[in-house]
Order: sequence, then C-alpha cells, then structure tokens
Amino acid sequence: MSLTTESFAIQLAFWVLSFCTVISAIAVVQIQDLFRSALFLIVTFLGIAGLFVLLGAEFLAGVQLMVYVGAISVLIIFAILMTRDLEEGNPSHSFRIPVAIVAILFMLFSIYAITVGTNWDSRLISETLNQEQQTEAGKIFFADSIPNLANLLLTDFVLAFELVSVLLLAAAVGALALVRNR
Amino acid sequence: MIASTPAFFISFDSLKDLFVNLIQSLGFGESFGWVAFLLAGISISFLIINVMVMATAFYTWFERRMIGRFQVRRGPNRNGPFGIFQPFADVLKLIMKEDTIPDAADKPVFTLAPIALLAPTLMIMIVIPFGTYLRDDALLSNLNIGILFIVGVTSVNSIAIFMAGWGSRNKYAILGSMRGAAMLISYEIPMALGITSVLLLSGSLAMTQIVQSQSIWFILVMPMGFFVFMAASTAEMSRTPFDQIEAESELGSGYNTEYSGIKFAVLFLAEFMAPIVTAAIVTTLFLGGSQGFDFLPGGIWFAIKMFVLIFLLLWVRSTWPRLRIDQIMGFAWKVLFGLGLFNIFLVAVEFMVAVELGHTKDDGSLTTEYMLIMAAVNWMVTIIAFVILANFVGKKKYHRPEPTASPLANMGIGGD
Repeated sequence: MSLTTESFAIQLAFWVLSFCTVISAIAVVQIQDLFRSALFLIVTFLGIAGLFVLLGAEFLAGVQLMVYVGAISVLIIFAILMTRDLEEGNPSHSFRIPVAIVAILFMLFSIYAITVGTNWDSRLISETLNQEQQTEAGKIFFADSIPNLANLLLTDFVLAFELVSVLLLAAAVGALALVRNR
Repeated sequence: MIASTPAFFISFDSLKDLFVNLIQSLGFGESFGWVAFLLAGISISFLIINVMVMATAFYTWFERRMIGRFQVRRGPNRNGPFGIFQPFADVLKLIMKEDTIPDAADKPVFTLAPIALLAPTLMIMIVIPFGTYLRDDALLSNLNIGILFIVGVTSVNSIAIFMAGWGSRNKYAILGSMRGAAMLISYEIPMALGITSVLLLSGSLAMTQIVQSQSIWFILVMPMGFFVFMAASTAEMSRTPFDQIEAESELGSGYNTEYSGIKFAVLFLAEFMAPIVTAAIVTTLFLGGSQGFDFLPGGIWFAIKMFVLIFLLLWVRSTWPRLRIDQIMGFAWKVLFGLGLFNIFLVAVEFMVAVELGHTKDDGSLTTEYMLIMAAVNWMVTIIAFVILANFVGKKKYHRPEPTASPLANMGIGGD
C-alpha cells in the first residue's frame, strides 16, 4: 500500500470535513431557531476535531470532542432551554455588520500574527539540523505527541497552564457570586 | 503467546490487503488503492454494527430472563427455546407499529436524535482491543488517543438526549433530558478521574498499551479506581440505581415519551448496547483485556470477562433501589469525586516512591513485585476508606423538618 493512494482518501476526508465545517458554521449564524443553530455549532466542533486528526494532532481532537462537544455545547443548550422566545432569534440591530467586520479583521490579524510570528521548529528541533533531518525529527515528535505536549505544558508553559486554571476558578466563583441569595 | 496461529481474526489491515489484492487482480492499478481503503472501512463497520446489534438483541433477552429470576418470576419464555427469539418478536412488533411524529415536534431534530444516540455507542467499539493470538489489536484502529477518544465520543450522548427531549416538545421529555444532561455531565468527572489513575500506571492513552502494561490487573492494583469508574459508568448508562432520564414513575417515560415504532427501537437498542460497551471498556482498563491462559484465544478471554462484568451490572440493576435526583448529584460530587481524587493521589505517590526506590523497568513501567505490594496497600486503604465512608460520613442524614400532619388529614376525628 503506497502512501499516494491513501493520501487520496485523506484529501477526500479533508474536503468533506472542511465543507461540512464551513456550511454548518454559516448555518449557526443564519438559522433563526436557536436550538438548531446550537446543534449546527456542534457539527462545526466535530468538523474541527476531524481537521485536527488530519493534521496529526489527535490529542487536540480528543480534547476538542470532550470539552467543546461534551461540555460547552451542553452548557449552551442549557442556556437556550432557559430562554424564552426562542423562535424569533436575536433582534437585528444596526451595529451588526460593522461589529462583524471588526471581529473578522481582528481574527484575521491575530491568525496572521501567530502564523508568521511563531518559529514553528525551534522548540522541537535544534536549528543545526538540515531540512531532511528536521522532517525526520518532526515525524518522531508527532508520532507520539502526547508525552511531548505534556512536557512542554508542565515545563516551559507552566505559568500559562496554571493561570488558565485560576481563570476557570475565578469564573466559577463569579458565577456563584451572581446567583447567590442576598 | 503462541507465534503462528490461524488468522481467524479479521482486522482493518487484513481486509485492506484482501481488497488491494482483489482490485489488482481485476486489472486496476495502484491509483485505485483508496477504493480498497474505503471498502475495507465500510465492510468492517458493517461487521461491527451487525455483531453489536445481534449481541444487544440477545443481551435484552438475557437481561429480561435474569431480572425475572431475581424477582422470582419467569421472564419471556414463549418464543423458541427458553424464549430466545423474544428480541426478534419485539423488533418485528416495533417495526410494524406506526411511526408517529408529534405535530409540534421539531421534525429533523426528532428524527436525528436516535441516530445521534446510537452512533457514539457503536463508535466506541472500533478502538476496543479484542485481542488476537499475536497482539492486542483493535478492530478498526489502534488509536494513539484510544481512551480519550472513548471519553470524547461518549460525551455526545448528552446532546443526543437533549435532541430527543427538545425535539419531542413534551414537557416530561424535556424534564427527563435536562435531568439526564445534568447527571451525565456530573458523572463524567469521576469517570475521567478513574481513567486518569489507570493512565498514571500505563503511561499511554492507547488501549493496546493499557492492556500490555497490566502485568497485574489494575482491578487488583487500584480497587478504588475500579469502584469509582464502575459507579460513574453505571450512572452514565442511566441504569436503575441512577435512572433519572427515563423515570417511569414520575416522568411518563422521560426523553423517549413521544417515540414509537422504529425510532423507539433504535433508542432502546442504544440503551441496551451501553452495558456491553461499558463492560468492554472496563475489561480493557481494569481486567487486563485479552490476557489469560494460553489454552483459549485472547478474544474468548475478553468475552468471558465482559460477560462477568455484564452480569455484575445486571445484578446491581435488578437488586438496588433507585436514588432521588438530589441523592444522585450528591453522590457524584461528595463521594465519587473525593474518592477519585484520593485514588489518583494514592497511585501517584506510590508511583513516585517506586521511581525513587528504583522499582521501575527500563521503559519506565513498574515491576510486578512492586505492583503486588501496591495491590496489598491499596486494598487495605480502600476497605478502610469505604468503612469510614459508610459508618461515619454516611451516617449524617439530611436534616429535614419533622413531618407534620396536614389539617385536612384528620378532618373526621378532631374537627367540628
């Protein structure tokens, strides 16, 4: 079984997944029924998880499933079930288009800044290696990326890792403070 | 393990090779390899779906017969020997019934909900390592993230239950699904804690690695983790001690109140497939998967262990009384959550001690002798913890006001 024949299936999977993701992402914002748009949001999350798998980031795909599909979507649906006047959807307002444009520009800018600004190889592979050796080292790294990811999270990025937990704690305390009986 | 044995075990790779040879013998070139890839995937999925549906059919018969035994009655015994054709009669009846959709229902959501509930349950089976003579291969794919995949895929269940409840536009169905989602989210945490303690010792998320690292079965090494995982997964299946989704006595039938015909059959199928899938997961995580003595192939050992676990789950279901929803949530957050964290702490400390004392093998896993010592210590700790929980912490009852008789209750006696 050569690599080229399998890569056709992977190409096919990529296009199907991307198509589903984009279509359902459009559906999330275009559909009036809030519950259905939440369901399309879940389809979007699933598609993104599939794209992560194609990129070789299986761990991220698993976490995407567990956190976004399993937890965040359920919270969104809970919030929707507690809301009245579901059928009408959001009232439209005049800031809609400008806000959307600003958000899109901000997203594009940050994606551009991150992709260009990051030195993708330096953390994994020393720069003395040539192109082929770097590719080999990258393959070894991504073949079993979970231990390496764990090492990076608990050594180089430990501050960010812990800060995120504190952020979640703050959110939980804030929620409790909001609903507490006065 | 025996080196050369008949390859009765079908796997994705063997099927793919078969289709590649077939395509090449038909005169197509290398460029049609992706057809073989797709055909192999489709045929193994077909196989998994059919085997699981048949297994579930016989499991429903087994469960009803056994619950009959437990309740001193006969159970289904009319169709075929010992009533073994009862599931086919049930399915035929359900298929022939009218498939009604309520007028107010959200039709696409209502229709998709049974599929969304069944699909994740089936998808779990592709990473379960049923085992061969040669290696502990999974049926479809040895994923690197095996157990994470399982946790992620199971979490889709709560959304499917929401879809069923909301799509029905029935207040009992919505109540059932909201209770269910609250419960499923809460019990996912102790379940993940139970899994984490296994991962500490196995050092890998892949199901085959987890099986291979069990030189001593993990049920012996960490009984507390086993208890936490079993309790949490019983709740995830929402079977009797925890059945709040389908509370027949208070909610009609919960999330499936409005379902009938083939859609109800699919919901029913997903519900009864859950114990089989859970038993497979627990066998892999705690009972050493396909390990066993050499006179039987690994797959048979796997099936025997699964059967024992299924019977255990059935036993719990048929003998234990139901809990109220507040008791269920309290049990998740006050008991299982604490026990799970304590178990992780215990295992982690023991692992660090092992590393300090040099009881590790070359690949970083623990030696068998050290795991035996761990087993002894952990059993004692577990028993002490359960005794303390049951006798001291559990004795603190809820403080409720004394019930006072309604003035209407004794109208005839003390009144005018």
